[in-house]
Amino acid sequence: MIRADLAAIAHWISPGANVLDLGCGDGQLLTYLQQAKQVSGYGIEIEPERVVASIRNGVNVLQMNLETGLSGFDDHSFDTVILSQTLQAMRQTEAILRDMLRVGREGIVTFPNFGYWKNRVQVLTGTMPKSEAMPYEWYDTPNIHLCTLADFEGLCRTIGARVIERIVISPEGRRVNAFPNLLGSLAIYRIRA
Amino acid sequence: MKSSRSLGHVTPQRAHFDAPLQLASGTTLAAFDLVYETYGNLNAARSNAILICHALSGTHHVAGTYEGDPRSTGWWDNMVGPGKPVDTERFFVVGVNNLGGCHGSTGPSSLDPATGRPFGARFPFVTVADWVNAQARLADHLDIPRFAAVMGGSLGAMQALQWSLSYPGRLGHAIVIAGAPSLSAQNIGFNEVARQAITTDPDFHGGDYYAHGVIPERGLRLARMLGHITYLSDDAMMEKFGRELLGERPRFSLDVEFEIESYLRHQGDKFAERFDANTYLIMTKALDYFDPAAQAQGNLSAALAAARAKFLVLSFTTDWRFSPGRSREIVKALLDNSLSVSYAEIESTQGHDAFLMENEDYFAVMNAYLERVAREVGA
Repeated sequence: MIRADLAAIAHWISPGANVLDLGCGDGQLLTYLQQAKQVSGYGIEIEPERVVASIRNGVNVLQMNLETGLSGFDDHSFDTVILSQTLQAMRQTEAILRDMLRVGREGIVTFPNFGYWKNRVQVLTGTMPKSEAMPYEWYDTPNIHLCTLADFEGLCRTIGARVIERIVISPEGRRVNAFPNLLGSLAIYRIRA
Repeated sequence: MKSSRSLGHVTPQRAHFDAPLQLASGTTLAAFDLVYETYGNLNAARSNAILICHALSGTHHVAGTYEGDPRSTGWWDNMVGPGKPVDTERFFVVGVNNLGGCHGSTGPSSLDPATGRPFGARFPFVTVADWVNAQARLADHLDIPRFAAVMGGSLGAMQALQWSLSYPGRLGHAIVIAGAPSLSAQNIGFNEVARQAITTDPDFHGGDYYAHGVIPERGLRLARMLGHITYLSDDAMMEKFGRELLGERPRFSLDVEFEIESYLRHQGDKFAERFDANTYLIMTKALDYFDPAAQAQGNLSAALAAARAKFLVLSFTTDWRFSPGRSREIVKALLDNSLSVSYAEIESTQGHDAFLMENEDYFAVMNAYLERVAREVGA
């Protein structure tokens, strides 16, 4: 079974596109896009084990630190730059968004929605939220910049990024159309400079 | 986890080539010999061959030992063998001593058929591209139409890169480890000091020391000592030797006192025993001249446009001789050509020498990548 967010991302990628996947993990998304959309491209990953996993999965992976930016990449050298479930773990949040829109003609950003109602309930009952999308304890989470849909869209306005399309999905992988900032657990944005 | 073992006993072989070899310098080598070793079996499809290119002081003896000499372990034995990253149960591995070498292939210490005396200073300068041309002859000789991969570290990495430009159709993968697209001025500077150490040794005799029954031992020793400083990182040296003295307290003399002095002298002595000074000069010049971008007005991306291979590029964090930044230049040029490339920057304290050492992350990357290569060629 394909994760709902992967399918949503693939939906926005044109066949044969040249993509850069920032924080590619074990290369699952690129593997899927290679099969579903015959994309070419590269993943960027910093963790040695994930670099090895990507290589094992036949994905082109470049071991680099995203926090230092994408200075090695030329302007508009990729059709799409993807930042899948990585934004919330980055220190240089604003810088990477600007840089991905410089390097790519288009960006796709996905992140867990902190505004999801179950998260809100957990905060109201006095604990930090834990969920399938955010499975960490507060003291060992890599997530340092969690945000809601409203927060992210605010940042897009600040840096002059246009939201072209947005898909919000529930933990069951269903599209959420009503009250997305409350009912959606995962947000997927298509943005341009 | 696969279990690995040593190859056991291996035997060098020799191939003679009669057709003249045109060299980059403009001269021609009328005939030459290459000494090589092979491990594993070439499959029926002839698709599972891997060529290992050696670095400055390497040889064709990549792995295994020679019978009767248990200490003769090959220089990359941890990487090549049954169950190792370059798995000789799947791949047919070729190691070759480069032209100009001093371990059996035609070089300055070989007899010049025209005079019956060693070539000495008359041996022509050879470049990385010349080596690759000679290696391609060996591939023909072994009836290998295309290598599954060509790989090497340092100067060997440059040969792997050159293969992808000189013979784009004859390799599936180029594995470029601790390499650089060209030497920096600092790199050339170090090489020049090493060469000066050799050529100013009174025993050098303009390169014709063979006739005098001497070798420029002091020069070679100095060259190697200098080299070793550049192969290690400051941290690795400090970790390994610190400021330890051989004795209890300073002796206020010029004798060997610090551990590092002892180490460098030992490395220098060992090297002077086994390596030919003229070969050292030729190899360092080949390093200096390597610069594929020069063919394209300094534009490395344009120079690499000819490449068709898939690439694995590896660097080591504390390598200051060929720093990760130099490997990233190669990666950038490959990206500009939309070529298939993976790049890993291995955390290591060992400096440039790290490419010869066992390191968990390094070997995990090599295992994963070569597994992919093996799958592709049905090995």
